[in-house]
Amino acid sequence: MTRTLNVKDAINEALRQEMAADNRVILMGEDIAGGAGRDADYPPAADAWGGPFGVTQGLLPLFGRERVIDTAIAETGFVGAAIGAAIAGLRPVVEIMYVDFIGTSFDQLLNHAAKLRYVYGGKVSVPIVVRTVAGAGFRAAAEHSQTLYSLYTHVPGLKVVAPATAADAKGLLISAIRDPDPVIFIEHKRLYMEDDEVPEEPYAIPFGVARIVRSGRDVTIVGVQKMVHTAVEAATLLSRDGIEAEVIDPRTYSPLDSETILQSVEKTGRLVVVDESHPRCSLATDIAALAADAAFHSLRGPIKMVTGAHAPVPFSPPLEDAYIPDAARIVAAVRDQLDKKAR
Amino acid sequence: MFDTPLQRLTPNGDLLGESPLPLEEIRRLYQAMLSARVYDRKCSVMQRQGRLATYAQFEGQEASQIGAVAALRKQDWVVGTYRDAGAMWFHGYPWVNLILGRTGDERGGRAPDGVNVTPPSITVGGHMIHAVGTAWASRIKGDDSVSLTLFGDGATSEGDFHEAMNFAGVYKTPTIFMCQNNGWAISMPRDRQTASKTIAHKSIAYGVAGALVDGNDLLAVYEVCKQAVDRARAGEGATLIEALTYRMGPHTTTDDPSRYRTNEGVEEWAQKDPIERVRRYLESEGAWDPAWQAEVESEESDRVETAVSEAEALTPWTADEIFEGMFAEIPPHLAYQQSLLRRRP
Repeated sequence: MTRTLNVKDAINEALRQEMAADNRVILMGEDIAGGAGRDADYPPAADAWGGPFGVTQGLLPLFGRERVIDTAIAETGFVGAAIGAAIAGLRPVVEIMYVDFIGTSFDQLLNHAAKLRYVYGGKVSVPIVVRTVAGAGFRAAAEHSQTLYSLYTHVPGLKVVAPATAADAKGLLISAIRDPDPVIFIEHKRLYMEDDEVPEEPYAIPFGVARIVRSGRDVTIVGVQKMVHTAVEAATLLSRDGIEAEVIDPRTYSPLDSETILQSVEKTGRLVVVDESHPRCSLATDIAALAADAAFHSLRGPIKMVTGAHAPVPFSPPLEDAYIPDAARIVAAVRDQLDKKAR
Repeated sequence: MFDTPLQRLTPNGDLLGESPLPLEEIRRLYQAMLSARVYDRKCSVMQRQGRLATYAQFEGQEASQIGAVAALRKQDWVVGTYRDAGAMWFHGYPWVNLILGRTGDERGGRAPDGVNVTPPSITVGGHMIHAVGTAWASRIKGDDSVSLTLFGDGATSEGDFHEAMNFAGVYKTPTIFMCQNNGWAISMPRDRQTASKTIAHKSIAYGVAGALVDGNDLLAVYEVCKQAVDRARAGEGATLIEALTYRMGPHTTTDDPSRYRTNEGVEEWAQKDPIERVRRYLESEGAWDPAWQAEVESEESDRVETAVSEAEALTPWTADEIFEGMFAEIPPHLAYQQSLLRRRP
């Protein structure tokens, strides 16, 4: 049975269902309860607003302060404590309020979460989920608007997930919570209010399986998280001129479903990768390199990357709008490829 | 506050006040300290022979490590560093695992079932917060285990120390922070780490209990740790203990301390040796004689030699196992890389 839910509520439902099913699941983060996280008596738990985007609203009254923990402002502190708690048998889900705050927690993720199973000779699990919020387009300036997918993807030992729809958000978060290894779960702040049909019951979407959002024969467009929607917009525009784009949402960047991407490129002979991140050492370059390495002989034109600028995300509204890739830039990149073929 | 470190045994082995432990238990801990020293010296030799990678000696810190762990129960956690092999071993992490770890074999990280000891932390300071997490988990799960984390004076300069202490204070986690102040962080002396009068003073700011103890005094270390453990188990929160000791050797086998310190400190602290002072005490109590000494030395030497043989008898890992232990299951992209390695000429 499905009904319409937005991404925010789908994530909330996944947390609620997994916490109800497994009392080892706890939540930690700054202000995740919101207002009522600090005191048992006041303000009333029912008034807890659930963090800056309200994603965890309603969980405190259901599961209590022992399991929905508002922490001090200390990313090393709660990510590290979650790692310790995970080693001792819990399944903590922590929230880094904005992905931009990764800097203050990165040693714990880079040198501890990602490596502990390895240095334990495979014997110990660190089943933590780090939920975090990414993305430009919120007028939130340079330190609250980055995506940084590639920083996490670069680290062996971490799994990296970035859903573009509410249905994927729920299924992938449930998989993340049940996963025996550390998972970075990146939510895009501009997608929280996007609706989708979402099944009521709990369900798990496996990692490493891309979603073909739209089939097409002429060009493959791989979109990274929010850019999946922009790619679909571009595909609709191209379709008016008889150009049929295949749009792929990898959904998880580590592991990456390279098979689906390569099969599509082999079919269409053209690849455009759209990522709102900075262009250097990004998912765009990673996926482009994958195709250049493994599908070179199928390519009928140069691979194109449509990305944000290699600059901080601007605070100025007109500059921020210019920073974020839009459908027109994707259409232009596709036309560029087709024109080159014509010459 | 924290003007004089607690002492129960003088360097001459004279008992001050009452012993917190019966003689038979002190004999057991004495033997454990001997084992730790045999292991430590053996590893230094093996490193020089090219049989081990870089090794960090802990000679001089045996009382701080064995005394602290002696205050724990089996279900408690030990979260230490590369210089805490004595503590890890005494809590059940076998010598063979520790030796394997120093040969670069990650199978050394596989602690036996039920041994709650994390592998030695290599990054300085990043592990202390894990002992807040393991302690927190105990409370949430409703068991009464406590967590002991060991670190040096240098680690207290890391921001991680602040976050761990702050969390332990705010959330009253059953964590015992055991700072072995051995005077040196590679070439940097203690007075270049902090302007605080003592490290124990930092407990005041975090709202946790604090203690300053002679780290070369087995009985005093045991006593303050036991008090801290009892407080933690009773739900009264964390303790920061500063154990004053000395790094008798180099930082690691890559280091030459003669380039930055004179031998005076080493000579001075040799007079305060943690093992010799217990020996003198036991002798004065009629609980030590040369025959027993020879017997336990040979026992501990055999124990370490057996561990070395076991570690060296293990078939080394091959390149095929490079992704071993990364995830619960090897994902397809790593299986693909594994196949590339197999194809290598």
